[in-house]
Amino acid sequence: MDINRCKKIYGEIKVSYLYLKQKFFQLFYSFFKSLIGKDVVVELKNDLSICGTLHSVDQYLNIKLTDINVTDAEKYPHMLSVKNCFVRGSVVRYVQLPADEVDTQLLQDAARREAHSQRQ
Amino acid sequence: MADEGDVGVVGNTTVAVEEPLDLIRLSLDERLYVKMRNERELRGRLHAYDQHLNMVLGEVEETVTSVEVDDETFEEVYKTTRRTIPMLFVRGDGVILVAPPMRGAPP
Repeated sequence: MDINRCKKIYGEIKVSYLYLKQKFFQLFYSFFKSLIGKDVVVELKNDLSICGTLHSVDQYLNIKLTDINVTDAEKYPHMLSVKNCFVRGSVVRYVQLPADEVDTQLLQDAARREAHSQRQ
Repeated sequence: MADEGDVGVVGNTTVAVEEPLDLIRLSLDERLYVKMRNERELRGRLHAYDQHLNMVLGEVEETVTSVEVDDETFEEVYKTTRRTIPMLFVRGDGVILVAPPMRGAPP
């Protein structure tokens, strides 16, 4: 069992703990925190698509991206000189995620729990 | 309309379905149809959702419908653009409705 595998397992345990222990109803906040460091594509409501590395997220799902470039044809405002950006959560339409970084079972369990605790 | 008498099964437990969000919970890990603002539709597998209707969908197909009016004939031409995305987070403020996939539609 090598060190990288150990780190991955530790990371997964930490993430499950984060999902389970949340006192506030912040399923997607925790979800995005677990994706920090991964490459994502953020599509905004003005049709701009930004590809970058997820640097940080907050409770409003505001997003900070680093090393960005504009995907989807640079016909939309090209931000050639912009390397990092902050995106207000409310202008996000989609965030495209790497499918293999997402643990769907964990997500579904957390969503069931979240919905149940929201109700009460 | 869901009332106190309706019951759903989640996992091994039987839970009373009280509110519309509970109906969505029954669709976790099932394919779903989502209608969004700006003439967009999504078909995908629901992995997570919350009370704002933020969702994570897997194996998602997005359909964007646009109308163009022909200059000469003035007839309306409906065009659709499709694309597939392996895993997608959808912000809830763009969602209009959530439903099981419609009959006759691709699974």
